[in-house]
Amino acid sequence: MIEHGSVVEHRRVIELRRVARVFEVGTEQVHALRDVDLRIGQGEYLSLMGPSGSGKSTLLHVLGLLDRPTGGQYLLHGKDVTALDEAEQARTRRLHIGFVFQAYHLVPRLTTAQNVALPLVLAEVPPAERRERTMAQLRAFGLLDRTNHLPDQLSGGQRQRVAIARATVTRPELLLADEPTGNLDRANGLEVVRILEQLHDDGITLIVVTHDQELGRRAHRQLRMDDGRLVGDVGEGLGPNPGPNSGGLRGQSEDGT
Amino acid sequence: MKPVDHVAFSVQSLRSQPGRTLLILLAMAIGTAGVVVLTWLGEAARHYVIGQFQALGTNLVIVLPGRSETTGGAPPLLGETSRDLTLEDADALKRCPAVRRFAPVVVGGAVVGFGNRSRETVVLGSTSELLPVRRLEVATGRFLPEEHKSGGALCVLGAVVAAELFAQQNPVGEFVRVGDRRYRVAGVLAQGGVSLGTDLDEIVVLPVEEAQALFDSPGLFRVIVEATSKAAVPQAVAEVQRILTERHEGENDVTVITQDALATTFDGILKALTLAVAGIAAISLIVAGILIMNVMVVAVTQRRTEIGLLKALGAEAATVRQLFLGEALLLSLGGCGAGLVLGEAASRMLPHFAPVLQPGVPWWAAAAAGVVAVVCGIVFGTAPAARAARLDPVTALARR
Repeated sequence: MIEHGSVVEHRRVIELRRVARVFEVGTEQVHALRDVDLRIGQGEYLSLMGPSGSGKSTLLHVLGLLDRPTGGQYLLHGKDVTALDEAEQARTRRLHIGFVFQAYHLVPRLTTAQNVALPLVLAEVPPAERRERTMAQLRAFGLLDRTNHLPDQLSGGQRQRVAIARATVTRPELLLADEPTGNLDRANGLEVVRILEQLHDDGITLIVVTHDQELGRRAHRQLRMDDGRLVGDVGEGLGPNPGPNSGGLRGQSEDGT
Repeated sequence: MKPVDHVAFSVQSLRSQPGRTLLILLAMAIGTAGVVVLTWLGEAARHYVIGQFQALGTNLVIVLPGRSETTGGAPPLLGETSRDLTLEDADALKRCPAVRRFAPVVVGGAVVGFGNRSRETVVLGSTSELLPVRRLEVATGRFLPEEHKSGGALCVLGAVVAAELFAQQNPVGEFVRVGDRRYRVAGVLAQGGVSLGTDLDEIVVLPVEEAQALFDSPGLFRVIVEATSKAAVPQAVAEVQRILTERHEGENDVTVITQDALATTFDGILKALTLAVAGIAAISLIVAGILIMNVMVVAVTQRRTEIGLLKALGAEAATVRQLFLGEALLLSLGGCGAGLVLGEAASRMLPHFAPVLQPGVPWWAAAAAGVVAVVCGIVFGTAPAARAARLDPVTALARR
């Protein structure tokens, strides 16, 4: 490793300090996260695995600011985001974080282009720029011929491509994927993984929650969780993937604008 | 989210459920149209009644015999009207400078006949002054002559009475029987329609003394007095009261009402009625509002994942709330707009069937319906919108 001290600090995107998340279920307390300490650097590619109920989805939600930890600290780019109010958290999600879900969660009445443009609409990007960036995104994801299709006119693989295009249209630094291939067959799943990895090659920090061992092993760093604790961290310190790749998806999308 | 995108998003959302949206719009439209049409009807009725009062003649003061008042002591067991209003009383009113003219009126019923035809009808005893005071018009012949004392056995027929007794024949100059007397027909009144419940087409007018003799009653039913101007009405009232009190040995035992007071009373009653009816119609608007709330609650439940997604994509709780409130407002405004169009159309169509109604919805009724609709949208949209805004994105997205 050539980075030292402050340089490494600067490139650290995420830092969790003793983060806990306790759910109250009736009179019982469920510890979904117990004292999780985690550091993730800029441009890392992580997989997050573990049995059902081990807390990996909760961790992903905490990382994505969809859920608030009940204890500990979460620093994003060195800033404590656990203290932010709801509107500031929403703003942070809007500008810095992209989500990909197992069930795609496309808005059924919106066309492909409208679904992809949704984050730009929420971010109040002017219509002309919105259109340009949406079209560039559709081009990059091979969805131009599906521009005006509704979600139920698309195959599963296409839907997930639309969802990823939507998640990355605002060019977030952090992409969180929750079982992104869970609803797809092998071929389509592989294609989606390649797209995600391409985005990672272009510099995005990618965290994938999965049950799929094969998919998990593709990540450069593999985290294992059990009963709310991090029990395995393989590949930490290997650092981010080498250098920017100008031929990647994000490169293309930026050429298009 | 910018307003334009906001509206576009809401419209698209409403259009994705066309059946439900149309039903809500219909409910809202019916509610609004109900308020608007009923208000318009009330207003039209008010204008009609006011118009009737004006048709009656202007600056009128009506003198009735007797007076109802509350006095101390024992209740009046032996009749309230101590003194009749007589023809001499009426003649005395000539002295008032504020009185332009007056017509004494006696009313009764009698059988009127010509040849072998006869009918029961209202008989009005009066003088030649009745013509200008009540704004009557003569179709053929003349009205009662001015010198009513020498007028003798003349009468004037209402249009319908004349037509029924004489068919195509010209009644002027013929003799008719009224009760047990014979009168020569001086003229026939023009078709005047109904004025305050008295069908002027179905009367026979006799000279006042003849009518008094016919009904064997020295008293007058009332005296209709026309003041010289609108401003002179209060003065006329005072003078009439003073003169009649003087003539009745210091007792003020007549009731004097002004046409204005009557008109104002009716105006007030009809306004209150209009408001009451509009208020009842407004209940249907509230029902429509509750329907909107119901639909929005269902929408929030059905669109949980969408709400979760919007939040994941960075929508603030406030944005989500505005989106759902916006949809409720669009529904109420859209329905209100349709209702206003419907109401306006009805108010233009119906007068074709009932010409006494003035077409055109009053602007304030339309404005009030609009305000109620918007308030409905806000009031009934707030709770579901707040529910959507509160939704936890993690649980919302977890459900499929």
